[in-house]
Amino acid sequence: MAKAEGELAWQELEIGSIIAEPGSASEYKTGDWKSQRPVLDKSKCNKCGLCYIFCPEGCIEEEADGYFVADLSYCKGCGICDIECPKKAITMVEEEE
Amino acid sequence: MAKKVGLEVSLAIAEAVKLANADVVAAYPITPQTHIVEHLAELVANGELDAAYILVESEHSAMSACLGASAAGARAFTATAGQGLELMHEVLYVVSAMRLPMVMAVTNRALSAPINIWGDHSDAMAVRDTGWIQIFVENGQQALDNVLCGFRIGEDHRVLLPVMVHLDGFHLTHVIEPISIPEQSKVGKFLPPNQYPLPLDPDKPLTMGGFGPPYIYTETKKAQVVNLTASKKVILECWREFGDIFGRHYSPVEHYHSEEAKTLLLAMGSFSETAMDAIDKMRKEGKDVGLIKLRLWRPFPFEELRQAVKNAEVLIVLDRAISFGGPGGPVCSEIRSALYDEDRKPKVIGFVGGLGGRDISVAGFEEIVNRGIEIAQTGSEQEFEMYGVRE
Repeated sequence: MAKAEGELAWQELEIGSIIAEPGSASEYKTGDWKSQRPVLDKSKCNKCGLCYIFCPEGCIEEEADGYFVADLSYCKGCGICDIECPKKAITMVEEEE
Repeated sequence: MAKKVGLEVSLAIAEAVKLANADVVAAYPITPQTHIVEHLAELVANGELDAAYILVESEHSAMSACLGASAAGARAFTATAGQGLELMHEVLYVVSAMRLPMVMAVTNRALSAPINIWGDHSDAMAVRDTGWIQIFVENGQQALDNVLCGFRIGEDHRVLLPVMVHLDGFHLTHVIEPISIPEQSKVGKFLPPNQYPLPLDPDKPLTMGGFGPPYIYTETKKAQVVNLTASKKVILECWREFGDIFGRHYSPVEHYHSEEAKTLLLAMGSFSETAMDAIDKMRKEGKDVGLIKLRLWRPFPFEELRQAVKNAEVLIVLDRAISFGGPGGPVCSEIRSALYDEDRKPKVIGFVGGLGGRDISVAGFEEIVNRGIEIAQTGSEQEFEMYGVRE
């Protein structure tokens, strides 16, 4: 995108506000919506990947060492990973803490 | 040669959709519906119109199916009325904001309760803020013509908007009128195939109807305001060209003995035809009266209206819908607002009548005009009067 959406004037919008650039949603960081963030205790984690499967935002990725970690730029803090984790390795922590 | 036939107006609209060679018709066949979509189903089933006919489960879905069809670049049509239009309401805003052209025939009817499927303009006025172009016709010929014009206007790349063609339920939809069916070859020239500039296409992925947070929503609405207002120029162009080819002329505000008349009546839709008879009769009796017919409702034709009424002393507006607890009829209140800042303007007197299928006869229009003149002189304690109420 040449300009961020927040800088566009009305004349610069595509017909019907169509977004002609695929995948541009990733430019919109939704992580600041959350009030809680997931914290992973690697000593309990068995790298099963259920958090990755259940994350509704698709913001959990497998890192080189095999652990699954949430990208906090997109995580909305829903806590589904915490609920689904069979090893209780994820804890939701208040953002201000 | 165009052939003139006696045809039910609903069927004439279906013939117009066939002439326009629509690609998709989506409809929900339950009351309130008309023979428009019933006849279209026949035309498609008989192979006379090569279109996808989608039977959906509600009017909300009918509009949604047309939205999808239009987004894919198809020429889409549907028809509805009354409660059906209300059920579509949510999707109407989406279609116009996404700039998707299509034509919908709205056969104006009353809204419940009490249950009433007869004609008035309650449904049409309830959707006036949805961002569609809205054209009101007064007879079957105008309905057919404006379905063709609707596609042409809506699909114009300077416009790209959906168009409602409003015709009165029963008073038009269920009557047989002499209608001239234009030749297919002429229609083909007037109405080239739809070429939506950014259709859904797997090879060029797009996001339509995306997310519009506070930092962009106002800009999208400003774009819509400018776009709908500017569509009037294209509407005028289209009607001019239609007139040149087919010999029938349309304009946003139409005049009937109104140029120098001191008292003007303003009506919309099929009632303008009865009103013309009343004006003829009153003029024969030496009364200085004329008629204004509002053809284009959205975008509202401010200049044409101001021009049309500037020499009048009294303007009597008949609404067939009510804004409850408000200033009466929506047409009258918009006209008052359009004239407020003018130096020379008539007194605007509002009447509401013709609700839920109740007729207004020639004598009725005479009564309305005479009472309007009286109110202009003596004033009224009410914001508006309801014509023909039993008390």
